[in-house]
Amino acid sequence: MFHALVSIKQVPDTTNIRIDPETGNLIRQGVPTILNPYDAHAVASAVEWKRKLGGKVTVISMGPPAAVSSIRECIEMGADRGILLSARQFSGADTLATSYVLASTIEAVHAEDPIDLVFFGKQAIDGDTAQVGPGVASRLNMPMVTYAIAIREVNTDERYAVIERKTETRNESIKASLPAALTCEKDIAEIPFASLPDLIASLRYEPEVWTAESPIAFDPAQIGLKGSPTTVFKTGTPEKHVAGEVVKTVDVGVETAVKMVLDRLAMMADGNTILGMVRQ
Amino acid sequence: MIRRFWVYIEQEDGKIHPVAWELLGVARRLATEIQDELEQTGDQACVEGVLIGENVEGLAAEVFQYGADRVYVADAPVFKHYLNNIYTTALVSMAQKHQPEVLLIGATTLGRDLAGSVATTLRTGLTADCTQLQMGVGRDSTRKLLLMTRPAFGGNVIATIICKNHLPQMATVRPRVFPAALPEPGRKGEIIRETISIAEEAINAQILAFIPNDSSGVKIEYADVIVAGGRGVGGSAGFALLKELADELGGVVGASRPCVDAGWISYDHQVGQTGKTVRPKLYIAAGISGAIQHKVGMQDADFVLAINRDAHAPIFETATAGIVGDLFEVVPNMIQQIRVLKEADND
Ligand SMILES: Cc1cc2nc3c(=O)[nH]c(=O)nc-3n(C[C@H](O)[C@H](O)[C@H](O)COP(=O)(O)OP(=O)(O)OC[C@H]3O[C@@H](n4cnc5c(N)ncnc54)[C@H](O)[C@@H]3O)c2cc1C
Ligand SMILES: Nc1ncnc2c1ncn2[C@@H]1O[C@H](COP(=O)(O)O)[C@@H](O)[C@H]1O
Repeated sequence: MFHALVSIKQVPDTTNIRIDPETGNLIRQGVPTILNPYDAHAVASAVEWKRKLGGKVTVISMGPPAAVSSIRECIEMGADRGILLSARQFSGADTLATSYVLASTIEAVHAEDPIDLVFFGKQAIDGDTAQVGPGVASRLNMPMVTYAIAIREVNTDERYAVIERKTETRNESIKASLPAALTCEKDIAEIPFASLPDLIASLRYEPEVWTAESPIAFDPAQIGLKGSPTTVFKTGTPEKHVAGEVVKTVDVGVETAVKMVLDRLAMMADGNTILGMVRQ
Repeated sequence: MIRRFWVYIEQEDGKIHPVAWELLGVARRLATEIQDELEQTGDQACVEGVLIGENVEGLAAEVFQYGADRVYVADAPVFKHYLNNIYTTALVSMAQKHQPEVLLIGATTLGRDLAGSVATTLRTGLTADCTQLQMGVGRDSTRKLLLMTRPAFGGNVIATIICKNHLPQMATVRPRVFPAALPEPGRKGEIIRETISIAEEAINAQILAFIPNDSSGVKIEYADVIVAGGRGVGGSAGFALLKELADELGGVVGASRPCVDAGWISYDHQVGQTGKTVRPKLYIAAGISGAIQHKVGMQDADFVLAINRDAHAPIFETATAGIVGDLFEVVPNMIQQIRVLKEADND
């Protein structure tokens, strides 16, 4: 039996984020949330392997109660069990505190029901840190394959998986001993269409909610704001770019518009004209 | 006391990643920013590189030229290829031994993989993808801290992060965000050889094969000129036109996400939050509306030229120059004018 665990996060849909022009703070209210896109692909891959090998997929997420909807989305895709880690004390966690909570949870699940693969998204689109996966794997002493684009083989008897990852220069095929962890690119699997039974199951699904005290008594010094070595010192809005000169072809014609722009390019600040640069 | 500013010198197959030179430049500047504190305390600041690999000691000479005072070298067959667990073990044990105050790592695929594991194992903080780094006095701290500034929430907010009570203060920085340090030929430093023992059971993964990937050709993140297309380009034929312009400019082609989703061009060309962050000298955005997720990937280009039919497209807010017009008229004309200019130049 194959057991995969996927660590998922619900994130604000950054397309719709607005900033309060007065305070410079994020307006959270009314911002729609989505399942982190990379995590969705991770779930899809886990489910694919479950279908191939027989077994089960557990998803875990640390987040506010509203994150239930993202867990349901995973059930809809074919996951079997969902655990939501939700408590006031968890909030304000940076990646170190997050990795502590997730790693402890994975350990607890593993103790009851041994895990073969732990899936993460490549990164969460709200923070874009890509730190949580490697952090959890280090805590659990598991091999970590980041930027995975394909799982070629999972051998639960001989306890290894072959995973392909993409680096800046090439792809690497890595044989990792199980249990292993990976962070997923979108290529890892296509998002499936939900089957009717999964769809129905997801509608009524209520994930288990784990708090800071139960079933695991988390060390209060290691969770949430308290457990986070990094703190926000200040925030601001990015400098607004000064909009440049715009010419309209309807006003000056295509030829002149292009010529004006090329002239501007020729005067680039560093005296190193683009055309000059190109000619070198 | 020595206050150590560390830079992880990323190398693969004996080739140092240029982000290391950029980070050495940053580390040197940070070290000078605590000059006042050094004068008061009599402490000393050192910029130091960490090099892990097999047969890499020879690379240290170059690291000194870019400003390192000292290089710690872990050179052994077990470090031949990067593997998360093995490199983490090495960097962690060196950091525990020498107690750097700051540790900078390039936000490359390798660097991000390493940084997350090292920070967690050292139980310290890590701030990813910093766009500004400075030594400054944080709230209720007497000693200067590393002020780590980065965009958050898809570029909508700029946050400055500190890591007050834990060392090292760790940050990753994307390539091309900071200028490279200027090498000083003949500059020398001290090599410290480190012996790291890796237990057999720590080797929990192995590389079976390296497979060249189709992206080996395009490296938009390092290009000086990018001609990017969006939905307005209409299809792969439109991208062929952009490629022609890119070739004239010695550049590469970029794309917005919908074009990648539609299969007009491969993912390696995607610019933006879920694609690559680029910093070219020239970025031409043709038929791209300028959604925030796209802008965060390209807004640091030196010169942005927007070409769009719609005068109200948000891309014009980010542009250094813009042409409101049909890209299918503008781009061919631009190719033609550039060719004429080049010919004139050759005469
Ligand atoms: C979580 C998330 C992550 C995302 N990540 C990314 C990302 O990494 N990168 C990214 O690019 N997007 C990303 N997006 C998508 C982003 O929100 C926008 O939808 C996308 O950037 C729009 O692409 P576009 O500008 O090509 O298309 P559109 O917004 O449709 O704009 C097309 C433009 O072309 C112009 N046009 C049409 N025809 C012509 C013509 N003949 N001549 C001149 N102009 C013409 C139109 O006026 C219009 O402005 C992400 C979205 C989400 C939710
Ligand atoms: N709060 C969370 N709960 C569960 N998984 C998370 C959480 N935060 C991050 N992750 C996982 O870690 C990955 C990387 O996140 P990040 O390091 O924040 O970019 C995500 O794609 C998720 O798989």
